[in-house]
Formats: sequence, C-alpha cells, structure tokens
Amino acid sequence: MDYSLLLNQKIQNLKPSGIRKFFDIANEMDHVISLSIGEPDFTTPWHVRQEGIESLRRGRTWYSPNRGFAELRDQISKYFARRFDVEYDPNEEILVSVGGSEAIDLCIRTLVDSGDEVLIPQPSFVCYEPMTLMAGGVPVIIKTKAENEFRLTAEELEAAITKKTKLLILPFPNNPTGAVMRREHLEEIAKVVEKHNILVLSDEIYGELTYGKERHVSFASIKNMRERTIVVNGFSKSYAMTGWRLGYAVGPEPVISQMTKLHQYAIMSAPTTAQYAAIEALKHGDSDIERMREEYDMRRRLIVDGFCRMGLQCFEPEGAFYVFPSIQSSGLTSEQFCEDLIYAQRVAIVPGTAFGECGEGFARVSYSYSLNHIKEALERIERFLDDIK
Amino acid sequence: MNRLLELISENADFTDSQLAAMLGISEEEVKKKIEEYKENGIIKGTNTLINWDKVPDSGVRAIIELKVTPKAETGFDDIAKIVMSYDNVENVYLAASSSYDLIALVKGSTIQEIAEFVSKRLSTLDAVIGTATNFVLTTYKQGGAVFYDDNEEEEQRSLIM
Repeated sequence: MDYSLLLNQKIQNLKPSGIRKFFDIANEMDHVISLSIGEPDFTTPWHVRQEGIESLRRGRTWYSPNRGFAELRDQISKYFARRFDVEYDPNEEILVSVGGSEAIDLCIRTLVDSGDEVLIPQPSFVCYEPMTLMAGGVPVIIKTKAENEFRLTAEELEAAITKKTKLLILPFPNNPTGAVMRREHLEEIAKVVEKHNILVLSDEIYGELTYGKERHVSFASIKNMRERTIVVNGFSKSYAMTGWRLGYAVGPEPVISQMTKLHQYAIMSAPTTAQYAAIEALKHGDSDIERMREEYDMRRRLIVDGFCRMGLQCFEPEGAFYVFPSIQSSGLTSEQFCEDLIYAQRVAIVPGTAFGECGEGFARVSYSYSLNHIKEALERIERFLDDIK
Repeated sequence: MNRLLELISENADFTDSQLAAMLGISEEEVKKKIEEYKENGIIKGTNTLINWDKVPDSGVRAIIELKVTPKAETGFDDIAKIVMSYDNVENVYLAASSSYDLIALVKGSTIQEIAEFVSKRLSTLDAVIGTATNFVLTTYKQGGAVFYDDNEEEEQRSLIM
C-alpha cells in the first residue's frame, strides 16, 4: 500500500529534526560522553514533586478547566507582575498548555492564514519552521550573525518585512546560541514591529536562565508591545520540570481566547497533576531557580574558558544552557566536525546546522551536565583538536 | 569563598585556571586562597577515592562505636588521640549520641584481625567502657561519589528532538 498518496503532503515534506542523527550515532557507541541534551540535568525540586504526589493522594485526577486551574493562572499573573512588570488578567489573558511547545503551535495556528509570512530568526529551536508550514504560512528565515552575538537587529528585521508579514518569532534567550536580547535591543525591535503593524510570538522559555548583569526582560514589557505580543513560557527549564509537560501563553484577550478554542478541541486541558506541582513552584520556587542558575553559571564559565583556551572561538553566551563555539578553524563542516569528534573521542555535540543552515561553522554544546562531566568532555575535545591540527 | 572549597572537595583535579573561570576571580586569587587554606589547616591534603570493594584481597572495614568516660580536664581528646594513633584507624569522630561517644573507622585484613584489635587494643583502654563493632559489607557512596554499580549513574534523559 502506498501511503505517500494518502498522507498529507505538507507533513511528508517536513524535514526530520537534525539533532536526532547524532543522538542515534551516540546511542550505538559505548563510553560516549554527551554534551548534547537540551534539558536540565536537575530533578524537579522535592517540594514541587511533593505537591504533585499530594494531589494524587487526594484523588485529584480529573480534567482541569480548559484554560488551566484558576489558582495556577493567578500565580502566573503574579509571577509576570513581579518578575517582568507586566500585568495579565488571569481569567482572560492566560492559557496553560502542554509545555511551551503546544503554546507555540497554538499561537502560530491562531494567527497565521494561508500565505502569511512568519519571520523566524535562526539559528533557533527547530519547531517554528515546521509549525508555520503546517499552518499554511510561509517561513521567512532571518539569519542572525556571530558578529552581533546572534541577536536580531532592527535592520535585519526591517529588511525581512513585506506586506505579507504577519508574525515575528522572537526566540530569546536563544537555543542554541545562548544569545540574549537586552532592553535596548528589544526597544529597537519594538520600533520596527510597531511601524509595520505585525505581531510577535516571544518564546521566553529560558527567561529565568540569564547570567549577565541584567536579568531577562520580557518583550511584552517594552512600551506598546504588550498589545501585540504573545509570550510563551513554561516550567520545564526554570524549575527542571520537563517531564511534567507544562507551559503557558500570556497575551491580549482576543488572541488568547482563540488559542483557547483550539486548545480545547485538540488537547482539552493540560495535565492536572503537573498543574498542582506548578502552583507550588511559582509560590515557593524562586530560591530553586536561583540555586540552579548559579550552578549553570559556573558550568558556563568553565566551558567558555575551556573553549577559549583550546582556541575555539566562542562568544560568551548570556542565556539558556548552551554555548555555540565556532568550529571554522578546524576546516571542517559542522556535521563533519561533530561526526569526527564522536568517532575519535566519543563526545557528542550537535552541529549548528541542526538549527538552521546559518548554523554552519558552529556547534551547539549543552552545559546541562555536572562539572566533572564537562571537565572530562573538555579534555577529550582538546585532544581531538590537537589530533586534527 | 566556601564555593571554592566545595568545588575542590568535589574534584581535586580542577586546575587553578578552571577554578578561577568558574568563580569569576583571577588565577592568582585562587592560588592565594588555597595557600591560605593550607596554612590555616582548612585544606589538609588530597587523596584518591578508591572503591576497595572492587580490589581483590583488600581486607575489611568496620565502624567501631566506643563508649568512653571523659577525663576531667581534657574531655574526650586524650582518648581520641590514643585511638587515632593506630595506623589501621582511618577516621575518628566525636559523636553527639546517647549510646556512644567516639566512632572509629578501622581497616584490617580479616574480620578476626579487626575483632582482635578491638578486644585487645581498644576495649582494654581504661577510659573505654564499651564498644560495638559494625562491619562494612558494601560501600554505596563515599566522599560524594557513588560506588555501588547500578544504572543510577547512566543518563536517564531521553533524546527527544
């Protein structure tokens, strides 16, 4: 039976994720030391897990309201007010989703009509382009540059906008580059966004993991941007809760209510147990975030210092838990570099091209690993570089 | 600066430059601090974590509890000094406990050897009024490192994207 005639054309045309290939190689080998995983190595703080367990013990096993529990939305609203200085009505402007990923999908499908152009800065997380394509939109890639520390500039944005532009994706702090947009950078972007009357999906899932002097600034907090921004955030990265699958979107009521409609039909409601745990995380988890952030920061310094010492050019990332060193001095392509590295020294990292063609010449290295693990990996990478000199 | 101590207690192999990078201070400051810690007796040395369970014929270990009558002037110190003067005694602690006062970790080539050491060398001390010997069967974790072979150390995170 020829399924290709029956399957949706758009889905058949989607490229599989480029991160996978290296995972598959790594899985077949012994003693591989990986710096490729993109989730926290911490486990969920114990008091947060306990609230999840307690909710089960009490038999709270039903669906939650479509938008998520009122108490959770209330806590999310308070969190945004205290952390980012933006007010959201918990009843109309917040939707709890299955991870940040669902919220991104809902947002794109809610906003994009067939033929609408969606601006996607790359290198970036792999989901924006396929989700845009599935929604019938046209992805327009904006290549961010190493010389700008992989920030999106107002000029690059301006140059990419056409009459068909509907939405800008703003993926900062950025996976895979670790780039952040500071207030002054966001203000420049905001001017262009306002001038051209487009909307912004700001993916701020790594918002708690920044290491510069200035903490993360939400795009919605920039003047006049609240009304045209949908912020996606979640619990996975900040509270080490990836497996609980819980995220959310906040934004203007007309957008959130349409997204809620879609969420209602496709998902119904986010996991109940996870929502009880998340309430606890928002109420009493600030110190957990700080503890993990400090640990990530030390790892970040160790790895950046290590790469610089071995002569791999590497701008200092200020967010997320990735570094994005240039491997161009090796004379190899990103794919070849990563493949040779895993076979020669059994260290798994991800080629930059997995996050967009413009990631060529770079590799993503995750530091969501223990210091000892990172230390060992650095020694192996150094041996590899010495050998290929 | 406890962060520096924590880091080197977890791994003595970090170079000064790595420590400096992690802590955001200069290499000179790291060297100076470590020197100070040594002078003040805070850093007492480095040794290697060895899982003796995996070394054939490496003998046995026991945790000995000692109930002791403290001396009027020197308290428990004098008796602790005698206990720690034996080469086969690896660690000695004063405990806050109702059932015993000193705890000693003792190594020996056989269970009999340790039993003999306790009965002949420790129990016979004037101040010692009672002992209890606990032989170590398996070391699961020591010095922050997991010794017990299990899948615990393996990567449990899935590769999803």
